[in-house]
Amino acid sequence: MDLATLPKAAELASVARNPRWRPAAGLALHSEIFAPGNGASGAGAAVALALDGLSTCKPETLEERSVLWVQDARSRKLTGRPYRAGLPETLRHRLIHVCADTPEDALFALEEGMRCRDLAFVIGEIAGNPRALDFTASRRLSLAAEKHGVPLYLVRLDATPDLSSARMRWRMRGAPSAPPRWNIGAPGKPAWSAELFRARGYAPGEWTLREDGHVLAAEPPLPASRSVSEPAPASAGGGEGQATASM
Amino acid sequence: MPILHQPVDPASGRRRIMAIWCAQLALDRWRHAEGCAPGEGVDAAPLVLVTETAHGPRIDAANPPARAVGGAPGMMLADARTLYPKLEVRPSDQAGDLAFLERFAVWTQRWGPWSALDAPDGVLVDVSAVAHLFGGERRLLADVHDRCAARGLAVRAAIAPTAGAAWALAHYGPPGAVLAAGEDMRACLSDLPMAALRLDTHVLLVLKRLGLKRLGDIADVEEGRAGRDAIQRRFRNRRSPAANPLIRLDQIMGRVPEPLLPVVAIAAPLVQRRLLEPIRHRPLLDKVVEDLAADMVRELEARGEGARRLQLGMWRVDGEVVLRELELAVATRDGAHVCRLFADRLDDIDAGFGIEMLRLRASWSEPLSLAQSDLEAAAEEHGTSLAACIDRLTVRLGREAVQRPVLKASHIPERAQGWQPPLEPERATQEVLAFHARPLKLLDRPERISVLYASPDGYPRRFSWRGDTHDVARVEGPERIAPEWWREKGSTRLRDYYRIEDGEGRRYWIYRAGLAGDGRGGMPDWFMQGLCA
Repeated sequence: MDLATLPKAAELASVARNPRWRPAAGLALHSEIFAPGNGASGAGAAVALALDGLSTCKPETLEERSVLWVQDARSRKLTGRPYRAGLPETLRHRLIHVCADTPEDALFALEEGMRCRDLAFVIGEIAGNPRALDFTASRRLSLAAEKHGVPLYLVRLDATPDLSSARMRWRMRGAPSAPPRWNIGAPGKPAWSAELFRARGYAPGEWTLREDGHVLAAEPPLPASRSVSEPAPASAGGGEGQATASM
Repeated sequence: MPILHQPVDPASGRRRIMAIWCAQLALDRWRHAEGCAPGEGVDAAPLVLVTETAHGPRIDAANPPARAVGGAPGMMLADARTLYPKLEVRPSDQAGDLAFLERFAVWTQRWGPWSALDAPDGVLVDVSAVAHLFGGERRLLADVHDRCAARGLAVRAAIAPTAGAAWALAHYGPPGAVLAAGEDMRACLSDLPMAALRLDTHVLLVLKRLGLKRLGDIADVEEGRAGRDAIQRRFRNRRSPAANPLIRLDQIMGRVPEPLLPVVAIAAPLVQRRLLEPIRHRPLLDKVVEDLAADMVRELEARGEGARRLQLGMWRVDGEVVLRELELAVATRDGAHVCRLFADRLDDIDAGFGIEMLRLRASWSEPLSLAQSDLEAAAEEHGTSLAACIDRLTVRLGREAVQRPVLKASHIPERAQGWQPPLEPERATQEVLAFHARPLKLLDRPERISVLYASPDGYPRRFSWRGDTHDVARVEGPERIAPEWWREKGSTRLRDYYRIEDGEGRRYWIYRAGLAGDGRGGMPDWFMQGLCA
């Protein structure tokens, strides 16, 4: 093979070649979402992204398939379990929750879930950087997702972005919500400040994602949130360098 | 199960029913469990079996020495102790007696094609046209007596054209009574006491007060002028035969049918392999389990069933039995799936000197009809079905780990959600009214936080949780949830829930437990319970 005909790495990563991500852009099979462990922003963003991805699929895949939600013990302790009354209405009756004790068990459950043709998508929550979740494990997850077409949204709580073969890697934090119409003082629809820092097929970028009714809306990042994002523990300085090496 | 009706006309003489009455069932079973012969060992002293009732222990059965000193079934233990203070007491086992009676009813099918339970201590067997196999009805009864005596059961048996007559003769007639087909039933039964009609005690009391003591008395009244009307006016309950002597009398005479519910033995599907050479290695074991699963699949297919629970027993050379149980999310007949699930369970088996027999038993199976597999779809689709996925997760992580959230009827947020196995149908409940927003996630246990707020019940301004301080930017509330007084103590405090968003866009659900000065404690505490998306 003539190496000269292959595209250069710089070209692959350039904005001109890769389109920018936007909501309803399509289904990403293996996403990682790095989120702080002191809130449910990561889980909320995972659910929102999953529903956004599903909305682009054919209607027959949207039918009543179950959803698997896997948590390891530490992530349960940090952010609790899913609460049925607070879930989006389309998910309430079809959620199956798996309490794994160790990250190894959680990875096993994630892989089994992705092999199941009757699941709409799989959400995982794993806290920290356990040894079990190394590059080999994430590669297994990617292959399983690609082979069977079941998307995985893996929420990494309080984790530094290490080596991973995830197709899309997000950094999510809660963002101030838009004030509701009738009570300006109340919290509104969820919003996240999202940073897509590594993706195959998309250029990296930053947005403020808002849940707008049933669809996800992306806005340019808030100027204020930029300054806040720097000292946040999830986006530690070393993380970016490692992530660059991973892809 | 089909309900068999006896022929209404007994004169045809074809139907013959044998009643077997285990007169001392509870005691016989207790003696068998103790391993002592009647009248020996512990049984030599006065002994009673008792059940706990609301008014104290009551005697269920008394052995002959106990009856000699005044103990009788139905008596309170305290009364019997007054008569004889050194009375031995053992608990009785009524559920065990009933279970034994079911097995006994199946065993009695050796004398007839079907049998029915006559709780609490009898069995009815249909012996129509089978007596000649045992050399006549007298010899049949002798055979029943001998075989039951060999099992340690004291029984009385009788044969008659109707179930009622057989029951009456077995309980109150002479031993080994046979009411032949052509005989005059009324004449034979007229000397039996009124209790032979299988009536409730209060009905018997009324009959006794009327002066009707024998079966012949009531039959005479019935035959007299306007006699039947007189009894019918007195006993108006037509629903329960046990409350109406006329219905019972007609049943005994065979004038009205008496449906009986036959006992049918259902054997759990079971396959086993005896091995020529004991096996000690895992690959061989896997092979044998595979063969057993294939056998089991055939067995289940023949019955049109699928297994829900499977038990694998491994008999070792030294006599130990290793059991492994498996529960499946839906009924299945997939041998490969079963093998795969068992493979996870066989890792920790100590084969010792070798395993010489394996037995696979489906202790719980459900109907599963044959399904045509869709050839085209099967070629396209890959991966596992949802049930297989749940099975695999359950086998590795445990039943409690794989669950589905369901609604429960409660106002308290943590009680409003319950968990159940994922593939079970959900119970119909009222949907939650969407007046209030609920958080996406709920902490397993609310965590205490310290909050700066305008006393006594103002909005929270700032709080610290897990060592971080959060400034409250937006707040909605309070949503007051009162304690459920029908479940909780009176000192439980109400909760005021606030949905808040802090300056960095994190959204939480916190509550204040109680009000200042509500008389249920000091200053109210604040708790973090939910995390919003």
